Amino acid sequence: MGIAVEAVIALVKIAVVLGVVSLVVAYLTYLERKIIAHIQQRLGPMRVGWHGLLQPIADGAKLFLKEDIIPDKADKVVFVIAPIMVLVPAFVVYSVLPFSSTFYITQVNIGIFFILAVSSLGVFGIVMAGWASNSKYSLLGALRSAAQMLSYEIFLGFSIIGPLMLAGSLNMQKIVEAQSDVWFVFYQPLAFVVFFIAALAETNRVPFDLPEAETELVAGFHTEYSGMKFAFFFLAEYASIMVVSTVAVTLFFGGWQGIGWIPLPGFVWYVLKLGAMIFVFIWIRATLPRYRYDQLMRLGWKFMFPLVMANIFLTGLVKFLFL
Amino acid sequence: MFEVESSTRVERSSVVPGTEELIINMGPQHPSTHGVLRVILRLDGETVKDCDCDIGFLHRGTEKIGENITYTMFIPYTDRLDYIAAPSSNLAWVTAVEKLFGWEIPMRAHYIRTLVAEFSRISSHLLWLATHALDIGAMTVFLWCFREREMVLDLFEHAFGARLTVNAFRLGGLFQDVPQKFLDLSQEFADLFPGRIGDYETLLTDNRIWLQRTRGVGVISADDAIDLSLTGPILRGSGVRWDIRRAQPYAAYPYLDFVVPVGENGDVYDRYLVRIEEMRQSTRIIQQCLAQLPKGPVSCKVPRTIKPPAGEVYHSIENPKGEFGFYIVSDGSETPYRVRIRPPSFVNLGGLKKLALGGLVADVVAIIGSIDIVLGECDR
Repeated sequence: MGIAVEAVIALVKIAVVLGVVSLVVAYLTYLERKIIAHIQQRLGPMRVGWHGLLQPIADGAKLFLKEDIIPDKADKVVFVIAPIMVLVPAFVVYSVLPFSSTFYITQVNIGIFFILAVSSLGVFGIVMAGWASNSKYSLLGALRSAAQMLSYEIFLGFSIIGPLMLAGSLNMQKIVEAQSDVWFVFYQPLAFVVFFIAALAETNRVPFDLPEAETELVAGFHTEYSGMKFAFFFLAEYASIMVVSTVAVTLFFGGWQGIGWIPLPGFVWYVLKLGAMIFVFIWIRATLPRYRYDQLMRLGWKFMFPLVMANIFLTGLVKFLFL
Repeated sequence: MFEVESSTRVERSSVVPGTEELIINMGPQHPSTHGVLRVILRLDGETVKDCDCDIGFLHRGTEKIGENITYTMFIPYTDRLDYIAAPSSNLAWVTAVEKLFGWEIPMRAHYIRTLVAEFSRISSHLLWLATHALDIGAMTVFLWCFREREMVLDLFEHAFGARLTVNAFRLGGLFQDVPQKFLDLSQEFADLFPGRIGDYETLLTDNRIWLQRTRGVGVISADDAIDLSLTGPILRGSGVRWDIRRAQPYAAYPYLDFVVPVGENGDVYDRYLVRIEEMRQSTRIIQQCLAQLPKGPVSCKVPRTIKPPAGEVYHSIENPKGEFGFYIVSDGSETPYRVRIRPPSFVNLGGLKKLALGGLVADVVAIIGSIDIVLGECDR
């Protein structure tokens, strides 16, 4: 009986989270288009619904109804599996994200570890997509993507070690609770900067959007994809933005913890911080040009890698001497 | 175009797979080849080993058309050469024919032609900056530039009734005087524009990523640039102070004060700086033209049938892209015997291979952007 009830509750939670996240991700594209439009002195979507509010739904319907093209020379099985391989990990990680002190799907002792492990699976999908498409642009895009995501995964992993050392736990809820006095971003500014840069690279965002650099590689690894399969890549990208933003908020900005005495529910605080984080992502996209492939690698290995290492060492030293 | 040489395919044992060079077709429908240019790249990984241009997709036989129609009828065809800066092409043609006649053009026409030609330079450079920045990934610059370019096109519409292919000038001067509203709006634009250039520069000039992407990329020395007969900002970016507006002045340029900016290193970044400064100087020229604009007629006495004396003439002007010239042979009849166009984009594109070898794919995109081609006059 007890197990059955728990299972039902869990399933309901999963359904709620999945539904809400899908919708939010769809509206993230709307938000991005609107914000960038205003930075660029134009209006953005205006026609579908009030101020274009129904645009994501129209887009979704369009993508559903589009002809699903599989190139003749593609490796058909891999071609079909690839977008699923990208989308599923992007959504699976939501299971351990702490949305508030009470609302989460599950609490895992190694939450943050789980997120890193699962989200890094997405790169397989991208490589598979590039390979299966049997197109030169796709292949180059996939190669770039693999190299980029693998290297930046490392800095992403190392940059969170600092805050984890302070929190003393891998459990997402415990990490949030450890920041009830001071947010870790004040103790770990360097780690936050590195984390943020690595997150941009992980999610293939400007200035690290080389895998899909449209002016060089047409559309990179998803050049040959259309319809819903293309939408899967698209959804996965935005879902990953939400995930890394949540991780950033959890690790550095106190998660659902409020500021001082202001009486707002934890979930609202979480959404506010997440929104601010995502805004910065979009803002950067509207401002910066794109790095070149070799420069990206140099920045990672010669600049960020020593930086995170120094950060870990310093954190350890301070902790050992004074705490 | 070229084959993978068999010697590069080294036979290996069956255990170690061999590597092969990748041949990629960039274009003619590639987003950053600026029209229908096809570039064939031979890549080793992402390094460019060889690069070949395939042009002619937009060939319309403009030179041959010129031999079959009268001198006046050819003016609209020049619009379609460099369609980004149509008045500049018009100016090259009408001044070449007028040189053949030896006509004296009224000063007011000279000044208005100069004014409009400088507007076309700004419009062309804005389109260049917009697409060049977009190629390197800076999306916002694109839309900001188009905002101002829209104002320039509106100005053309006020003066000539069209926005892109304006058919601005006539042999002997202008079709009619420009309306006062055009002059007022020009003044407004000239006052506003330097601030807007500052806006673009805040996004790019000191941007670390922009510097890394453009500095030391696509370097060409002054000697090489001269050997390849490159002209325009790409030549000045290498430090050669050669501008036909100064070297062989035409229209109202002898009476105007402006600086010819040059670069030092001849890389993509210097060409960027040169063009940005040229936009500033163009604004200065526009200000001066508006301040000094003389009164009087806008056209000299033009005969009903235009039959130039037999002879030949070459006349070139400084188009936004470089030296744009017409070589005309007249046999004394109503139609030219031969028309030859000296297109800057075609000649400048010849430098692509020299610039791109050894770089990465991403550099090729930046370099094509910095050459600033328009296929209309490249293919003619």
